Amino acid sequence: MTASLLPVEAGAGRAPSSLIVTRSRRPTTWAGAVGAVGLVALAVLPFLASQGFVNDLINLFILVCMASMWNALAGYVGLVSVGQQLYIGVGAYVVLVAAQHGVETFAAVPVALVAAAVLALPASWLVFRLSGAYFAIATWVLAQVAMLFVERFGSLGGGTGAPVPGLDGFGPTALLRDTYWLALGITALAVISVYLLLRSRLGLVLTAVRDNEIGARSVGSRVMAAKRVVYVLAAAGCAGAGAIIAISQLDVEPGNVFNVQWTAYMIFAVLIGGLGSIEGPVIGSVVFFVLQQTLANYDVWYLIILGSVAMAMAIWARRGLWGLFTAKVPVHLFPVGYYVHMDDGLAERRGLSRLVMGPARVRPPSTTTDKREEP
Amino acid sequence: MTFVNALVQGILLGGLFALFACGLSLMFGVMEVINLAHGDVAVAAVYLAVVLIPATHVPAIWIFVLVVPVFMVGGYLLQRLLFQQALGSGPITTLLVSFGLSVVLENVLLEVFTANSQSLNIGSLVSGSVQVSNQVYLPYLSLIILGTAVVALVVVQVFLARTRTGRMVRAVADDREAAQLVGASYRHLFGVAAALAFGTVALAGLALGMYTSVAPSAGPSYLLYGFAAVVIGGLGSLWGTLLGGMILGVASTVGALVDPDFGAMLPYLVFLAVLAVRPHGLFPKKVLL
Repeated sequence: MTASLLPVEAGAGRAPSSLIVTRSRRPTTWAGAVGAVGLVALAVLPFLASQGFVNDLINLFILVCMASMWNALAGYVGLVSVGQQLYIGVGAYVVLVAAQHGVETFAAVPVALVAAAVLALPASWLVFRLSGAYFAIATWVLAQVAMLFVERFGSLGGGTGAPVPGLDGFGPTALLRDTYWLALGITALAVISVYLLLRSRLGLVLTAVRDNEIGARSVGSRVMAAKRVVYVLAAAGCAGAGAIIAISQLDVEPGNVFNVQWTAYMIFAVLIGGLGSIEGPVIGSVVFFVLQQTLANYDVWYLIILGSVAMAMAIWARRGLWGLFTAKVPVHLFPVGYYVHMDDGLAERRGLSRLVMGPARVRPPSTTTDKREEP
Repeated sequence: MTFVNALVQGILLGGLFALFACGLSLMFGVMEVINLAHGDVAVAAVYLAVVLIPATHVPAIWIFVLVVPVFMVGGYLLQRLLFQQALGSGPITTLLVSFGLSVVLENVLLEVFTANSQSLNIGSLVSGSVQVSNQVYLPYLSLIILGTAVVALVVVQVFLARTRTGRMVRAVADDREAAQLVGASYRHLFGVAAALAFGTVALAGLALGMYTSVAPSAGPSYLLYGFAAVVIGGLGSLWGTLLGGMILGVASTVGALVDPDFGAMLPYLVFLAVLAVRPHGLFPKKVLL
């Protein structure tokens, strides 16, 4: 995560061309391999685990997906949205409407992602006119309006909602498995998208904005465009979560899918796990989920406890559990930063692949973009 | 003629929205904190009154004498102990902390008082009204709420303009460093502003509890109405806030003529329309007051 550009001392007696820039200090192919094995293990899990456990994991994946999306918004581009439930609801309702019109339910999920992304563009035009708390409240109002709007349609069940048709053909086990794979797929896609986004040229802008937005603007980064890309991605990701919610709960109710509680879950999971890292939301979701399950017999006390912990974390431990951990143990499961090494001839032997050679190409995207910043 | 009545009721309802908005505007104007728990604080005031009324035998209409001071002290302490800590780590943090507070408060109320809604019984006052014409009538309660809102706005304004502490609050809002140089303790003054904000929102909650029944989950929608009134009226302008509240009130009652759900939706649409056209509100003002 850390974009550690280690300072290169001028007096080192070497020409600048003898620098090596790598994505990590040590080779990370093994981390990728472990990740792939883990994903395969999760994929075959429904054949081994109990139905109750599989169902729990679906809910955990929904949480990881939502939290990763919210983290991309707040952790990198500083957009504190309190209205991501808008896209949860849109995802759920697109699946419902498509299924009502005879589309195969699972096939409707990609449609939901695209629909949310398309809706997010005009919505971003409106809410991006505001910043900070104004932005937060405007997103919340949009979600409220969407809920009241959807409730006006009798064909969608009005205020009480409607069951998702077309799921009767599945046996209960098959339906659970398919839902599980859908949840796993969408969640993996969400996390990997954030990872790839951060490794892209735009990712450099995002990391710069996270560290210092004014600084990023002043070197000419197209901050507004970066924000819009992240907002649209987060809309699609949350719509994915909404689609899973619709299919796993078998019905869609406006008061449920448009509930601000979903955003509370995302925020608490991210704050506990760690804002501004890919690992943080995943870890925070697991902690959130375990506590939720443990305290399941005590009504909503888990929310009260998690909310209080999240507040404390926001004030005193900004980078969350993952930040506290990496402060002691410097590991990065997702190499998205850069390291600059002196080329001492040993780098190749240590197995570090050269990413970029020579300083001429190590520069922020700003130096190549001279387009005017959007207002 | 029902339209004229809806218009009148809407203007009266504006007083309630302005009471909600006043505290939000104050906290944002002085310390740039938007308290997302604002609506839940109002709901908490209703529940405190529900507990206090049978315990003290104070009539519901006078219970504010007990509830408002409790909330003012609570607001001061919350600002000093929680929001002040958050302010140190950036503007995002205060937003997140107040959101956390909102969820925690709502769920504590839910645990203690169940999801059933509560209202404050004010006896025959709730149904009495002044008949102006065949179709137009002015309910006593709405008149009292609007009157309370106007009085509260005047008190806040006079406090900020005429008293020594109020002037120091404004000084800290304008330029914290300069105010500190002349000896102002900004932490204390932020606490004072929060106390005022919590006092007005407790009043708003009590008014709401007399007007309609309130469930623990009602907080966010009143936060949004209050915030909409602030934005429409223009930030930092207390009287703009009253006007913003009235615009929202009219949108709500006129929308309800179409159907009740539309009455809940139209104020939000007005808010979004104002955001799209004039993000700084209809009556923007540069400085507080």
